[in-house]
Parts: sequence; C-alpha cells; structure tokens
Amino acid sequence: MHVHRTPEQINADRQRYLEHQRMGLESSPGVLPMASPRPAPDIDGTSVLMSKTVPGGWYTTLSIAKGEVLRLAPQGAVSAVSLAAWAAADTSERMNLPDTIKLQWTTELCKGRVIFSDMGRVMLSIVEDSSGAHDALTGGSTPATVEKYNDPRMRNTRDNMVLAAAKLGLGRRDIPPLFTLFAPVRVQAEGAFEWRGSMVSQGDWIELRAEMDLLVALSNCPHPLDPRAATIPDAVMVTKVSAAPVPADDLCRTATAEAQRGFENNAKVKG
Amino acid sequence: MDQAYDIPAEKPWSGIVKKGQTIRIEDTYGQQAIDTIFYRADDFGERYSSQDTLRAQGAAYITTGTQLMSSEGRVMMTVTADTSGRHDTSAGCCSCESNTVRFGHDTLYQHACRENFIIELSRHGMTKRDIVANINFFMNVPISPNGAMTVDDGISSPGDHVEMVAEMDVLCVISNCPQINNPCNGFDPTPIRVVIKG
Repeated sequence: MHVHRTPEQINADRQRYLEHQRMGLESSPGVLPMASPRPAPDIDGTSVLMSKTVPGGWYTTLSIAKGEVLRLAPQGAVSAVSLAAWAAADTSERMNLPDTIKLQWTTELCKGRVIFSDMGRVMLSIVEDSSGAHDALTGGSTPATVEKYNDPRMRNTRDNMVLAAAKLGLGRRDIPPLFTLFAPVRVQAEGAFEWRGSMVSQGDWIELRAEMDLLVALSNCPHPLDPRAATIPDAVMVTKVSAAPVPADDLCRTATAEAQRGFENNAKVKG
Repeated sequence: MDQAYDIPAEKPWSGIVKKGQTIRIEDTYGQQAIDTIFYRADDFGERYSSQDTLRAQGAAYITTGTQLMSSEGRVMMTVTADTSGRHDTSAGCCSCESNTVRFGHDTLYQHACRENFIIELSRHGMTKRDIVANINFFMNVPISPNGAMTVDDGISSPGDHVEMVAEMDVLCVISNCPQINNPCNGFDPTPIRVVIKG
C-alpha cells in the first residue's frame, strides 16, 4: 500500500518550488549582459597556448585545463560546431545538457550561462558570445541526415564524434547529447522547431572557460535543420587561451543561484 | 498473453519488449513522471537518442506518432496511443547532485532517478555512463519561444497511458520518479503499471 505524503508536506514543497521557479524564470535572465560585439577582438599573442583551424566537415579533440579559455570563431558564413566534454580526471563525468537547461530554466544558453556535468558541477562558463544562437535540443548531423545530399565529400557529426571519442580513449557509449554552437534552433509555441537564421552572422564567436580539467571534442558540420545543410561548411578557428585570474564577482559564477550552487559543488573535494 | 508489472512508487524496473510487441505505460494515479530509456536488446551500445528523436520529427515533445530513434538512427519504438497529450525528453532525469543545484544542498540525500537507473542498469552490466537523456512520460515541461523552460503541474489523469510498438527487440528501463521538490509527481510519487502485450 502506497503511503501518501501529507498535505502540509506537499504544500511546503510546492511553495519552495514556486519561489525557485519565480527566481529562475523572472529574475535571473535580467542580470545577463548583451551579446559580445562582432568581430572578436585580437588575443594578446603571449596568451595563446594553441591555435588551429578545423576544416569544414572535420573534427578535433582538445585537452583544456581549469581556467583556460576556448575560443571558437567560424571563418565564413556557414559553420556550426557541435561540442562534447568530459572531466579529464574521470570521463564518466560528462557534459549533461538536460541538466544544464533544466537547472537554468532555459534552453537559450548564452553569455553568462554555464554548462553542467551530470554530477551537478560546472564544466564550462560561457564568458563571451556574440550570437546567443546555440542548440541544446537537437544535436548535430548524422549519416542519415546527410545521405540525401549524395555528396561523397559530406561528413557528419555523429561519425565525427565516434572518431573523436575514440581518440580520447572513449567509445560511442560515452557520447552525450551535443551542444551545437552557431545553430539558432528555437521552439515555436506549439512545439515545432524553427531555424532562426537571422540570429547568426559572419564574425560570430564564442569563448568558453573551463571550470575543471576537460577533454573536449568538436565537430564542424552544418546543423541538419539549417536550410544550408547541403553546403560544405567553412573552417572554424579554434584557439586555447591561458588562464587569467577570475574575480569574485565574475558574471558566470554569480548570475544565478543555480550557478552559485554548482560552483560550490566544484569547490568540494571529490570523494 | 499480456504481462503486467506493478511498479511501486520511487522504484526502478526493466524488461524486454520484443519486436512487434506493444508496451503500455500507465500513470495509474495521475501526475506521475515515468523516466524511461530504451536499449537495443542485443547491443546495449545502441540506445534511445532524445536529440535524434526530436530532430527527426521536427518538434519538441513526444506524443502519438512519434518515432523513438536510436543513437544509430534507427527507429526503436513508435508511439501508437497517448491519452495524456505530450511528454518531455529534454529535461533529463533527476539526480542527487542536480537536486543540490536546483533546490539546495540540503536535498543531496534524497532518492533520485539517477540512483534508480544506476541500480537497474547494473543488473544488465551497464554503468552510469550508459544513462542517456531519457523520456519523461507524463512530465509537463513546456519550452517557450523565448527559451524559457520549466517543470509545470502534470496534465495526466489517473489511468492515462501511452502505448508503443517495438520496432526492434529492446530493453526498457524505467525509474518511477521519486522527485518531491517539483510538481512532476504532484509532490507525491505514486505507483505505476506496465503491460507488455502481444
């Protein structure tokens, strides 16, 4: 026989939830800044730890230490970059987009937001972002989505991620839902997806700060919902920038109560 | 011969659904989130993919007609009946750790779906890394055109159900959600019933 909770318990939890909800939906978005200006500013050469160009359709893997910043900058008009991340110290801890959007009460991950792992810790902070036009819901291209173009040059993100994972010592079981950057997928009122192409433009860029030591995989393929998905995409410049001191009032660490608690989890010694 | 399984509140369950069989998941008491993942029965490396499912159908919720896609782009299940309306597959399952972020550090030692999944998957040789973004049957998570996303009161009534026909042999793994910090279970988790037909 199931024992029900009391009306008093239920009401107390409901009131607490409503307060979290009000803060998450109404208060938190107000503190987020405007998008970063285009184009991206030059980086002081002494801060650049690594820079490489990922050709259209290809993938790359990176190791990023806590505090270092990853800049992604498409070199043309047609690029989308799908991203996966794992904790370097224990790859069973990995990027968790369902938690990331649920915890922040939004599917629109933009400057000031953070990306959570499945362990309630912050993996990445979005410290700069010119577009706010990214897709946390529908992933990237697959063998099935590119087959119709009948173009032997056309690669896809699913295969790229299997390859990237393998080169990090991981397998297809380890590939989480992907965060696809520069892919303005939005949900219409009745639930249908919409490609809001006006949100992205040439010169877009984003910077992600690692909040723990990470392994990262990137795939540069057009998003399957992009009307230009048949195009061989442009290259993407990938730059790793050395760590700089993070002030106590850092936007990503303080913007929301959820981010603050996530960083408190980061600060706890594992185990 | 139908096989019926009554799943107590807050507990996990798993079972095989063979190709051509129909699985009915019944929200016996209403407003109960039922976290569900499917794995290909003869290759657990192929599993339900929320992102492929949503992209393939071009819309953000699961209902009658939705084809549940695998990580390899194959159809695993087709939803053939749904008396409730729409179901979430974007918000994932609750965990002790995410509860601390969402509701406060004092919720760390509360039971959660991730705990259920870890225990149930361990019976099949799988681990935490095999927990993928799941389906939340009977969980109401509207996403607004401005991106706002929230767990609202469930819209399911006692006895509401979904039915899916298996397009391949699958292992179905369920966590009958124990969450008491948001309205996904009406703040009062209840038992559910699963029936495999055919």
